[in-house]
Amino acid sequence: MSTNKRKILVCGGTGCISSDSEGIIKNLELELKNNGQEENAKVVKVGCFGFCGQGPIVKIEPDNVFYVRVSPNDAKDIVEQHIIGGNYVERILFVDPLSNQRIHDYKDMAFYAKQHRVALRNCGEIDPENIEDYIANRGYEALKKCITEYSRDEVINIIKESGLRGRGGGGFPTGLKWEITKKSRDGEQKYIICNADEGDPGAFMDRSILEGDAHSVIEAMAIGAYAMGAQNGVVYIRAEYPLAIHRLMIAMQQAKEKGFLGKNIFGTDFSFEIEIRYGAGAFVCGEETALIHSVEGHRGEPTVKPPFPSESGLKGQPTCVNNVETLANVPAIILNGAKWFADMGTEKSKGTKVFALAGKINNIGLVEVPMGTTLREIVYDIGGGILGGHKFKAVQTGGPSGGVITEADLDTPIDYESLKSIGSMMGSGGMIVMDETDCMVNIAKFYLEFTQDESCGKCTPCRVGTKRMYEILDRITKGQGKPEDIDNLLQLGDMIKSSALCGLGQTAPNPVLSTIKYFRDEYEDHINKHYCKTGKCKDLVKYAIDPEKCIGCTACARVCPVGCIAGEVKKVHVIDQEKCIKCGACFDACKFNAVVKP
Amino acid sequence: MEKSNIHEQTTSVKDLPQDLFLELRKYIDGLEDKKGSLINILHKAQELFGFLPREVQLFIAKELGIPGSQVFGVVSFYSYFTTKPTGKNTISLCMGTACFVKGADKVKFKIEEKLGVKFGETTPDGLFTLRDVRCVGACGLAPVVLVNEKVYGNVTENDVDRILGDYQE
Repeated sequence: MSTNKRKILVCGGTGCISSDSEGIIKNLELELKNNGQEENAKVVKVGCFGFCGQGPIVKIEPDNVFYVRVSPNDAKDIVEQHIIGGNYVERILFVDPLSNQRIHDYKDMAFYAKQHRVALRNCGEIDPENIEDYIANRGYEALKKCITEYSRDEVINIIKESGLRGRGGGGFPTGLKWEITKKSRDGEQKYIICNADEGDPGAFMDRSILEGDAHSVIEAMAIGAYAMGAQNGVVYIRAEYPLAIHRLMIAMQQAKEKGFLGKNIFGTDFSFEIEIRYGAGAFVCGEETALIHSVEGHRGEPTVKPPFPSESGLKGQPTCVNNVETLANVPAIILNGAKWFADMGTEKSKGTKVFALAGKINNIGLVEVPMGTTLREIVYDIGGGILGGHKFKAVQTGGPSGGVITEADLDTPIDYESLKSIGSMMGSGGMIVMDETDCMVNIAKFYLEFTQDESCGKCTPCRVGTKRMYEILDRITKGQGKPEDIDNLLQLGDMIKSSALCGLGQTAPNPVLSTIKYFRDEYEDHINKHYCKTGKCKDLVKYAIDPEKCIGCTACARVCPVGCIAGEVKKVHVIDQEKCIKCGACFDACKFNAVVKP
Repeated sequence: MEKSNIHEQTTSVKDLPQDLFLELRKYIDGLEDKKGSLINILHKAQELFGFLPREVQLFIAKELGIPGSQVFGVVSFYSYFTTKPTGKNTISLCMGTACFVKGADKVKFKIEEKLGVKFGETTPDGLFTLRDVRCVGACGLAPVVLVNEKVYGNVTENDVDRILGDYQE
């Protein structure tokens, strides 16, 4: 292979594949062949670059050129103009929205400038289906170091000193968890489980890590198993991630072939096997005890803690459940040292965190930033501000367990404690940005509908409590709110939080409590005035015709599905509110802005 | 889950292809921890048969040496498993937060309107089954619609006709 051989990296994550990145790969390979360029460049399918909103992404190395929104038809120009001609294909370069300049170096993009990729270090760099790429990037060196040079306690100390905390949302110190599991009935059968259930809607960090760099998780599991004395590992992965499952299976097979999994790894007496178990669409299985029951072939119903899994987990044996992102950090920490990791972040929250930025934001995608970065920086600098020139209203973090954060708290640095103190939580890293067209009551109802549906039904506070909360919210969004509803929601919320059996129930009221705290006026409008100012609550929307603007063109009357608009040609039209079904067809049809939502 | 009549809920199908049962048995035999792998087995069964009728559930129960009620308990708990026959194509609409905030409910109404059935049901001609699915993690492309395993991103109401057209005969 010529040392000047270029690499054309094409994103092979789920998002870009659905936008036909495989077609891009096919065409690039064809063009390279037809132009006799196979010695000069090769196409590599890599993991997620993170800038999902601009996908499909193609990056040329070592030129460091980042192409966005590429289509299979661009393959010809990429090969002819760039690979052969040495000139950038300007039209598929990213345009900086502020300067209007085309940028080729991703580091100059606002989206990437403040990011620091640790867990995502290999995503977008290596071919996840080729273990040689991972090995070339110091893959499995950390595992070798641990099992041939360090004692089990030394490995645990490194993780403890790094300050790594659970990235699934709990934030429990990983090193401590490993230590407790190691000490628990040492010598017996133990398990390490990777929680790849990623149930939070709006979160896709773990999916991207598994699709783009599964080996980092496998290696970390082996390291953890060595430290804790586990002989078997399980990856519990949700069925909704077929590509991640596929890539993980390939990685496991290749690791086994190289002897990184199996018996006597690196010639030591440490042996470790991993098995994959699928989830089947139950959000509650992200909770560790429910997950363990699911792995045992049962209904995913949580059980009370203590006993904790470290004491009695899978099949009653000491078990450690770790999140995908938490594990992905481990090899890097071993190789670079605990201090390297602890130097990043804040006092109590070390290292970096991956966030899935989505919603009403310009730059949608996966971002990894040092802890302590402010929300404002994420929303405005990295996220590029609000989509369509709208106004920021709130950002929701922590998924269905979290709360909303308003403009007033945007300068809060991101870390476990700060987010909790303002009524939200880190959660797994999903961050949904909302603008002034989003109805906060409707959003609260959406979350509660989700948690109500996903409730396992075992404990009364969650099973019945969330249902009652949901019914109240449903009535409110339909204009049937009662004056005592807000107080009832607050009371119910507090009761459920303090008495539910597991994290799902304990945090289900959070979106409601948080939106009441910061947007109480919206709730009051819905209840007292039967008014939803965003128009999202269909039953509370009223359409009327402004007599000043109506010119009697009859466009609205013609599209009205229930014929409730009366008026003669060239005369002002009127909507009969009794018959109106609030479909909004008239609103869309009127070209004179005469149909209004008062 | 509102349904309470177990007989109504789980379809019973006579004359299921025997070779599928043999394939399922082969899969089960290859597993070390059979009882623990129940969910993996149910996934395989659903892949082979398209859904999980009473007969398949009882077959698995026998193979594993556990009560049929236990298998049914697991099948009814997890939303991925279906006990009713599915149509030729499954349309899954992501109901995650990012998609919701980008207007997934409008796409939902449009699909229901076009096909004349609600989510959770199958069209009378057996061509489409509609189901809600939990967040598929393609939030960069919200709203997301999956037809079988193909992912359609940035879907608006105007795209529904075109997407359905790809599968209509």
